[in-house]
Amino acid sequence: MFKVFAAEWRKLRRPVLILGSLASSLFFTVLVTVFMFKNIDSPDGNADRGATIGRPILESAQGSITAVSQVGLFLGITALCIFAAQSAQEYTYGTLRNLLVRQPKRLKLLAGKFAAMKSFAALIALVNISVSITIGYLLSSGANVSTDLWFTADGWGAIGRSTLNIFISIVYFGVFGITLGLIFRSPISSISIGVIWSLILEGLLYFVNSNIPEWTPVTQFNVIAAGGSEQVSYTHALSLGTGYVLLGTLISAFLFAKRDVAN
Amino acid sequence: MTLSVERYSHFMNSNAIEVSGLTKRYDNLAAVQSASFSVPRGTICGFVGPNGAGKTTTIRMLLGLIAPTSGTGTVLGHSITEPEKYLASVGAMIEGPAFYPALTGAENLKVLATMGGIPIERVAELIDLVGLGGRGGDKYKTYSLGMKQRLGIAAALLPSPELLILDEPTNGLDPEGIQEVRDLLKKLASEGTTVFVSSHLLSELEIISQHIVMLRKGEVVFAGAIEDLLFAQKPTIIVKTENPSDLEKIVAIAIAAGHPAVIRHQEAHIEGPHDWAATLNRSAFDAGIVLSQLHPTLPNLEETFFEMTGGR
Repeated sequence: MFKVFAAEWRKLRRPVLILGSLASSLFFTVLVTVFMFKNIDSPDGNADRGATIGRPILESAQGSITAVSQVGLFLGITALCIFAAQSAQEYTYGTLRNLLVRQPKRLKLLAGKFAAMKSFAALIALVNISVSITIGYLLSSGANVSTDLWFTADGWGAIGRSTLNIFISIVYFGVFGITLGLIFRSPISSISIGVIWSLILEGLLYFVNSNIPEWTPVTQFNVIAAGGSEQVSYTHALSLGTGYVLLGTLISAFLFAKRDVAN
Repeated sequence: MTLSVERYSHFMNSNAIEVSGLTKRYDNLAAVQSASFSVPRGTICGFVGPNGAGKTTTIRMLLGLIAPTSGTGTVLGHSITEPEKYLASVGAMIEGPAFYPALTGAENLKVLATMGGIPIERVAELIDLVGLGGRGGDKYKTYSLGMKQRLGIAAALLPSPELLILDEPTNGLDPEGIQEVRDLLKKLASEGTTVFVSSHLLSELEIISQHIVMLRKGEVVFAGAIEDLLFAQKPTIIVKTENPSDLEKIVAIAIAAGHPAVIRHQEAHIEGPHDWAATLNRSAFDAGIVLSQLHPTLPNLEETFFEMTGGR
């Protein structure tokens, strides 16, 4: 599997792909972090939908990762697009047939590709978390926010937990992307369906029934990144999200292993 | 050194490819219908058939990309249901080259070399071998059709294959490139590599192939030595007359003598043994017809192909 992993990284390490992925994810991370600290005293709020995240939260041990935890959806959608494109493009370019001639064990090929994409997702998560903490630290004095608790043992623990949660969330979004990529075998179709589902359809379902988000996949993945929400607990999101991911993995593995490669 | 039973049978098997009753159906359409043929080791075997005859589907089944509906097959002595046992020794280019446009030619080959556990140094060797020296560092999307084709051939050669399967390798190549591919395939075959190659350039295949597998509408219409195919065809006498309007009289004379004949490209093509040419010459002279050409010949591969596959 390591050979597949190494081969996949030859494609992933392209500067355009790495820098493009980081730029699109960092755009939201930097925007939310700066907004949160600069608008801390704004009557319009400094968080999602006019909410205010005040000094007590930002000065707590979890304060350093509060901003980046809010952008889980955008980091996840970035991963969804990358994972979907990387899996579907093998069909549109016709390169899958070359890969399968060199590695005929299809599940090993899929597992190696998935492992490489997971490591790519980990890179995105680490860079975004680091940048968000750095910007928050630099803006903290101007926003009159104390960072004394950020780098205590509790603070580092919070950073570790948040990093893990964001990583899990990104990987879960990625599995969603791979599944769509293997079902539709077209980057454009899989990415557009994934993004429309994540940004629009689940939001519309909320207006149909406000309890629905407790059961929809993207909400679970997003809640995992945030470490829980008022409506959905972390444990619920993690267990249900894992269920969706296992289902997606089964579908992906079945399609990849059994389907004829005719293009 | 002792060989296992499996390795022994692998070495003793004189055919690189053997298929029997191989069938692939899509709903009600039979893309390949009960195909049976074999390809001897160390030979160049041409794989011909009109578009849609099932060539690419057959190749994909040999490479484990498509599961057959029924039938059996072996490649290098291993069942086609276990491609992992033989693909390390197989190089293939299927239905044209397919690579990542944003990667360089060399990096595309490195992806495949890394995947197959092939030394990376081989990439530079192959880039030079296929005439892409100096362009390996350019992105694939900037390549011409001929260059893409050369890169596809290089990818197929990566594992130093025992069996090389090429689907239309000369598409997009200029005459010099076609000549280079022909020489390369001959060289590989002389070194013991089995080459199974499909092409629409039948004159090229006729020059380099020792064996031919011919498909029509998913069925094998001939599989065997190319000499057997050509010698099995009826000899033809090609006749031109000084006055083109006399061709119809020549055809009438031939038909009256029991030899089927048609006019093609201002020539009469008459089925008949070579020694009947003298009789025909006398008959034409008696009828006042002056012949400008009287040429007994055996059909070439292209003519045989059209006759056997129902073209023209």
